Amino acid sequence: MAEPMLSVYNANVWYGAIHAIKNVSFEVNEDEIVALIGANGAGKSTTLKTISGLLRSKTGSIKFQGEDIAHTPADKLVAKGLAQVPEGRRVFLEMSVEENLEMGAYTQPKSTIAPGLERVYEQFPRLKERRRQVAGTLSGGEQQMLAMGRALMSNPKLLMLDEPSMGLAPILIEQIFQIIEDLHKAGTTILLVEQNAQMALSIATRGYVMETGNITLSGTGQELLHNDDVRRAYLGG
Amino acid sequence: MTVFIQYLVNGLSMGSVYAIIALGYTMVYGIAKMLNFAHGDVIMVGAYVSFCATSYLGLPGWLSVVLSVVVCTVLGVLVEGLAYRPLRAAGPLAVLITAIGVSYFLQNAAQLLWGATPKNFTSLVRFPVPPFLAQFNVSAVSLVTILACILIMVVLMWFTSKSKMGKAMRACSEDKAAAQLMGINVNRTISMTFAIGSALAAIAGVLLCSYSPVLQPTTGAMPGIKAFTAAVFGGIGSIPGAFVGGVLLGIIEAMAQAYISTSLANSIVFAVLIVVLLVKPAGLLGKYVPEKV
Repeated sequence: MAEPMLSVYNANVWYGAIHAIKNVSFEVNEDEIVALIGANGAGKSTTLKTISGLLRSKTGSIKFQGEDIAHTPADKLVAKGLAQVPEGRRVFLEMSVEENLEMGAYTQPKSTIAPGLERVYEQFPRLKERRRQVAGTLSGGEQQMLAMGRALMSNPKLLMLDEPSMGLAPILIEQIFQIIEDLHKAGTTILLVEQNAQMALSIATRGYVMETGNITLSGTGQELLHNDDVRRAYLGG
Repeated sequence: MTVFIQYLVNGLSMGSVYAIIALGYTMVYGIAKMLNFAHGDVIMVGAYVSFCATSYLGLPGWLSVVLSVVVCTVLGVLVEGLAYRPLRAAGPLAVLITAIGVSYFLQNAAQLLWGATPKNFTSLVRFPVPPFLAQFNVSAVSLVTILACILIMVVLMWFTSKSKMGKAMRACSEDKAAAQLMGINVNRTISMTFAIGSALAAIAGVLLCSYSPVLQPTTGAMPGIKAFTAAVFGGIGSIPGAFVGGVLLGIIEAMAQAYISTSLANSIVFAVLIVVLLVKPAGLLGKYVPEKV
């Protein structure tokens, strides 16, 4: 079997005295959607931030496409093909939609910006309508789309999404998940962190369940969706 | 009327110096979110470098300005890298106190290097002013200062709104972690901001001393504080705000000196600041962007 695209091995992260993630190991293979589910405070976002270099693991290794990235500065990872849509969108509120997208292509050659914009606008027509507006005036759903479009501007091989459904109306959540599936079909590998376990597992190739900093369960999306423990804990029976 | 215009021009040119300094304050504050209280002292260093280059090395005026810009840019980047960068994760108070420390350090280093005795700075800007301006006592320095200030503001506005580096600066200003996720090197971007601010300080230093020729280690302190006031007055973080704030401050100061009292001028300037901040806490052009969550 081919080497996984991303492998996290034995990660341990502390916030001061708090041991936030404990001996976490998992992998993402090319062309998969991998879901990382779990309750609030389970360590899902911490795991993502550790991969993207905003936090550091004290042990183990993180390999992306065969290269150890555990000590690579966060700003060097985008150029390697790893993009993250952070929790809470984090779009640049005072910059226009188009400027936000341009920032997503910061590490890319200038010639890729125009085709990149075209691609993103095709995927998210709402963004095209509002491309001159400052991002602070967009609705929550539009901001989520902008955050995703911004990450896509770097043509990532692996897209990591942190709680894309947070604070969105059910109809918008469906739309966002539809887009995630579309991106996956178009060839992007996806690592998805979600509290909405139902939605996440229903589109995931594989999934991992996190609890208080540990990975406690793993399996295919369907297996986890029908697992009794998962059902009881996250899906309401 | 002629007298009024003279005061106005004086105010405008002094205000333009404040504005150039305030632009440096506002750039650094806007992007690094810190008040660099040593900014005023970089002005003084800039003036000394230019003074030494012309008086001791016999270099032409324009070359001394270039040299002074280069030295101040390097100084600004060094100060940021050595004093402020290690404190990036520390609280704003620690950085503020460090900045005050750097300010004293620069003043004392200048005193050690150049002595406490004031130097007499010979104006670098000397050319005949057209007669229609000369009748209002408009000096060559005033003219150059006002034009330089407008030019700098226009270039900075273009830079931050259109250039790739400028946009990256705005991204860092809003959200450093998100900027990193875009592949922006935050440390390098902040260094760049300090470089620009310090280069402006060098220019401001030469213009300030061409205008009022007494050069000593504390020369930058008062204009620094006033320019900081101007930046807050106009809305700190805003480039047009720093410009408007600086120019208005200069004019208010000149008018207060002319028509009210020379000794009360500073008090009046700061009183106006307090009133403006009471009415508009974000400053005249301070930005308010509606935030939807």
